[in-house]
Amino acid sequence: MTTAHPVPSVPPSPSLAARTVPDGAAPAIEVVALRKAYGSTVAVRDVSFAVGPGEIFGVLGPNGAGKTTTVECLAGLRQADAGTVRILGLDPQSDPASVRELLGVQLQEAELNERMTVAEALRLYASFYEDPADTAELMDLLDLAPHRDQQFAKLSGGQKQRLSIALALVGNPQVAILDELTTGLDPQARRATWELVERVRERGVTILLVTHFMDEAERLCDRLVIIDQGVVVAAGSPAELIESVDSSRVLRLRVEPHEEPVVLEVLGGLADVGAVARAGREIEVTGTRRVLPAVVLALAERDVVPDVRTMTRSLEDVFVHVTGRTYDHTGATGPAATDDRSDTEGAAR
Amino acid sequence: MTTQTARTTTQGARQAGGPRRRRIAGTGWHGLRTLTLTEARLLLRDPGTVFFALFFPTVLLVGVGFAFPGMRDVITDAPPPWEGLTAVAVYVPVALATAVATVALTTLPVYFATFREKGVLRRLSTTPMKPQGLIGAHLFINLVTVCVAALLAVVVGSQVFDLAGPTNLTVVLGSFLLGILSMFSIGMLIASRAGKASTASAIGMTLYFPMLFLAGMWTPGPVMPEVVETIAGYTPLGAATQAMTTGWFGTGVPVSQLVVMAVWTVVLLPLAARLFRWS
Repeated sequence: MTTAHPVPSVPPSPSLAARTVPDGAAPAIEVVALRKAYGSTVAVRDVSFAVGPGEIFGVLGPNGAGKTTTVECLAGLRQADAGTVRILGLDPQSDPASVRELLGVQLQEAELNERMTVAEALRLYASFYEDPADTAELMDLLDLAPHRDQQFAKLSGGQKQRLSIALALVGNPQVAILDELTTGLDPQARRATWELVERVRERGVTILLVTHFMDEAERLCDRLVIIDQGVVVAAGSPAELIESVDSSRVLRLRVEPHEEPVVLEVLGGLADVGAVARAGREIEVTGTRRVLPAVVLALAERDVVPDVRTMTRSLEDVFVHVTGRTYDHTGATGPAATDDRSDTEGAAR
Repeated sequence: MTTQTARTTTQGARQAGGPRRRRIAGTGWHGLRTLTLTEARLLLRDPGTVFFALFFPTVLLVGVGFAFPGMRDVITDAPPPWEGLTAVAVYVPVALATAVATVALTTLPVYFATFREKGVLRRLSTTPMKPQGLIGAHLFINLVTVCVAALLAVVVGSQVFDLAGPTNLTVVLGSFLLGILSMFSIGMLIASRAGKASTASAIGMTLYFPMLFLAGMWTPGPVMPEVVETIAGYTPLGAATQAMTTGWFGTGVPVSQLVVMAVWTVVLLPLAARLFRWS
């Protein structure tokens, strides 16, 4: 049940929280104590989670954390070293063919013949399934209808990505795995893709969203696990995770230079204020949940009306908190990050 | 074996309206026809490949026949079976060998390496279609391509140069078929490992020209030096050309050449299957 490797814990214990499905429904996806090594490199050390039917569930982590390996084991494309995986109660490890009709997978960097048109690709992939989706309807859903006769090579990044999602859905799956679906897209295309994922969920498809984008997970996922170095380091809903890290609030004030002494004096006398620090031309105030009204009210009494910015916590802070490292968006975790784990755990406590 | 049939998958799966479906794990070959037709259509959209695979042997035969002086003259100074033939007739087996080699060493490995490079096989692995289906479809398409290209060269060649038919059609067809098998085995061996289209293309081309040389592209029939002819007899394309030449103009069964091609096939084809990388 529990693992030999201690996991820095954010209450509730990530491995436990991740394994329970809301409402006690039978999970659509279940991963228990998954492990996979390539030679001496352990890609997935110990990953467990369960996804309820109809959920959008996130697997979040930096590049190289073991996300894609987890997905490949789940899709039955790779043989795991240990642990079990189930999709709708079926075992893709021992019998990959059993899940093919029910599971749609959108993989990173899977292209098509560059001369194949959108409509041809959908028709071809639909022909592999016993009970395919209506390709015309799918093209409408994914805004591909205007490009139906366009060849793959001539599609934009966003269009290719939408086609890739369409191909993952063309078999009418009950479960869809979407791996890094907005990587390489511009901000507008990313937001459009997010809306699309929500539309797909409205059709009753359970979605496993694999991403290294914190904002994407925060925006889309009902629940998620954060994976780092092959281990689940945090699990829960985005709000729960963020709240669990730190219930303090941070805001920044900008005032006229001559008002500063008064402001500092006022801040020093407030019970809700924990720390005051300078941040460039601004004053950063950390305090309780009531710090914002307390500060604004107290300053108003002294006739000071500052510009106030509240600093929001994000999943990025959760990652920093549980791993003790900054989150690297660009590539694999740096050399400092791969230092021995005890350092990381120490920092996390 | 695990159960593959009639597994209900309703447990835990929320269905958005409609009756709960019963899903059956397929055989893995659903859509093979659509796959083959689609891939064939895509191949036809690739003008370079179409030209070389389908028309190059014909263009070569007709071109050689007209471009070089004396090619349409009757050979008088060579021993049988050459004596009495036109030079261009001697070139027919070479054109057929070219048809085989072009597909086996340029089209086939490059296409399969492209599938691997682009993740096409990986994507296919996530669907009920087995990636073997794509391999099978392409082997079939390539086989048809070689046959069409060869037939085209023979038909056009006979019309233009008034060529005589083969003395032993069975030997010609058998040699042609074994030539395809042995050359496709080499192509598949390249295809089984090459991670990139450019690698496959480089290896294919490195083998293509020496093989065409041994098939007599530059020294057809009686012009080929004896040493080269002996060596060529042990290579798949050289053996194929020699065997087809025997079947077309000579008498008897070219046993040694047929055995050579069979051995290449028996050794290389299982090796290619064993070494094949799916991703």
